[in-house]
Amino acid sequence: MSAHNDEKPHLPPPSLWPIGFAVGIACVLVGLVVSWPAVAVGAVITVVFAFLWIRDVTVGVRAPAPDVVPEARATDGFAAPIVSGEAALAPADEAPAYPRSKFLEGATLGLGGVIGGLVTVPVLGFAVLPSFTNQKKQNVELGKLSNFPEGKFVIATYMEDPSIGEVSRRTMYIRNNGQRDGQPSLTVLYSRCVHLGCPVQPNGPVFDDDKVDGARNGDVKVELTPSQPAGFGCPCHGGQYDTEGNRTAGPPVRALDRAEYSIKNGSVWLGPFYSVSHVEGQGAQARIRKYGKAVPGVHVDGIESWLYPIPVPGS
Amino acid sequence: MAKTSERRAQVEAMARYPLDWLEERSGLVGGVKYFLFRKVPHDINWMQTLGSATLTAFLVQAVTGVVLAFYYKPDPNSAYDSIKHITNEVTLGWLVRGMHRWGASVFIILMFFHMARVFLFGAYKYPRELNWIIGVLLLTLGMAEGFTGYLLPWDNTAYWATVVGINLNGTAPFLGPFIAQFLSGGADIGTDTLGKFYSLHMLVLPGAIMGLIGLHLYLVIRLGVTSPPWSSTAAGRERAEQVATGREGLVRPGGRGGTAE
Repeated sequence: MSAHNDEKPHLPPPSLWPIGFAVGIACVLVGLVVSWPAVAVGAVITVVFAFLWIRDVTVGVRAPAPDVVPEARATDGFAAPIVSGEAALAPADEAPAYPRSKFLEGATLGLGGVIGGLVTVPVLGFAVLPSFTNQKKQNVELGKLSNFPEGKFVIATYMEDPSIGEVSRRTMYIRNNGQRDGQPSLTVLYSRCVHLGCPVQPNGPVFDDDKVDGARNGDVKVELTPSQPAGFGCPCHGGQYDTEGNRTAGPPVRALDRAEYSIKNGSVWLGPFYSVSHVEGQGAQARIRKYGKAVPGVHVDGIESWLYPIPVPGS
Repeated sequence: MAKTSERRAQVEAMARYPLDWLEERSGLVGGVKYFLFRKVPHDINWMQTLGSATLTAFLVQAVTGVVLAFYYKPDPNSAYDSIKHITNEVTLGWLVRGMHRWGASVFIILMFFHMARVFLFGAYKYPRELNWIIGVLLLTLGMAEGFTGYLLPWDNTAYWATVVGINLNGTAPFLGPFIAQFLSGGADIGTDTLGKFYSLHMLVLPGAIMGLIGLHLYLVIRLGVTSPPWSSTAAGRERAEQVATGREGLVRPGGRGGTAE
């Protein structure tokens, strides 16, 4: 070694063979427990890789490295002589393209990244996904159809999920339109303003004295209060709607949301909610332009609806 | 005479010993001195204390917020009652809650005053653009603190203001409805909303704000304080014309320095 005038401590060049050697050893050890053929395979792997490793390590001892001479020429700082037709080579003193420090740096960063990812991905999923999954809405029974006099609005107040309390209180404005094609017809408007979600109020008298109890939902009774609105108005920013839920004034961008309904054993049940762009006609003859439930303030039709192309799961 | 001064030196050494001990092992004393006793332009203005005032307001929010968290219950069935308990029954609760409630407005107002000062003094210009950007992020996070904190009393004002706020987010194009549903933790505000807002309000957002304040201060110390626009002397680094006339100083990188303007 001293013949090379090498002042740096001599280290063997980087080698990948020890990995195979380790695999072989591991195979032998596992095989000792599991089965003899595995020991044989492991032994073969160990021997082969041990040979390759030793050959790699002793390459400097057995013969002078053949690439030392061109390396020394290129270190004078000038570009390597250009062979016609080929690009200049990288300076040869960068020859160990993948030194040990690079490997350790990459391993540290890579391992850190893997650990970070393993921790972050489930946590991020836990933070975000529950808002969009398992959003079950149960149908709510409101009360007997006879509690909804024909042609009159009734304010139905109920708790969607009595176990979580007041925060789930919802209000619907319901009008019995009589019969259509032999079936009861109801107008079921959701009280939340489609501007920004405040509770719209009936523009007209509310007959609190005539309030009756509807069906029971959990421990809480549905309250049914007759009213005689000429329309609905929002206290927050002044949105106004007519009795079909169509916008007549103010900032709302569509008609009031509605809920599907069904009559079971003479009782009114609420179904899923949906959004409405506008309603033509009125009462039992109304033609409702129906869309999937959308966030308040969002257009469901027209060019503006292109801004909201992706339906939100669980909404 | 000599005896008293000797005694005095002894006492001084005793007093200084713990500091020296700390300094030798951590360098913290020097670091704090470097942080606190910086050179500033001689014609510095009272307006330039608005940043420190904002920081103080934030610290007041942090401390009062931590204490309020001792007594507050982020649960829909008890949140409002716990607020009433804090205000009416816990000793000095009215004071600490009042400090937090009004201090929130003070914090936001001071941020805007500080921002106006930086804008009018031109202190956002090279090389301080990055600090302006960090400041804008801090303003946004501060407003998010206001939004999330407003729900916590869980009264009707809080509830409906948050409904409106969440739905405002919902009208943003493309991702808005997703943001709204993430914030409310479902299709509507429910039990999860309060816990989520509480966690954001007292852990996520303050953590982010503290980190960014650290960066903000680091850049203030690194770049120095701007002199007022009416100043006749250059502060911090040398101005371009002084560099051109051969006076020693830092040359601006990137080709902007070195030539008279």
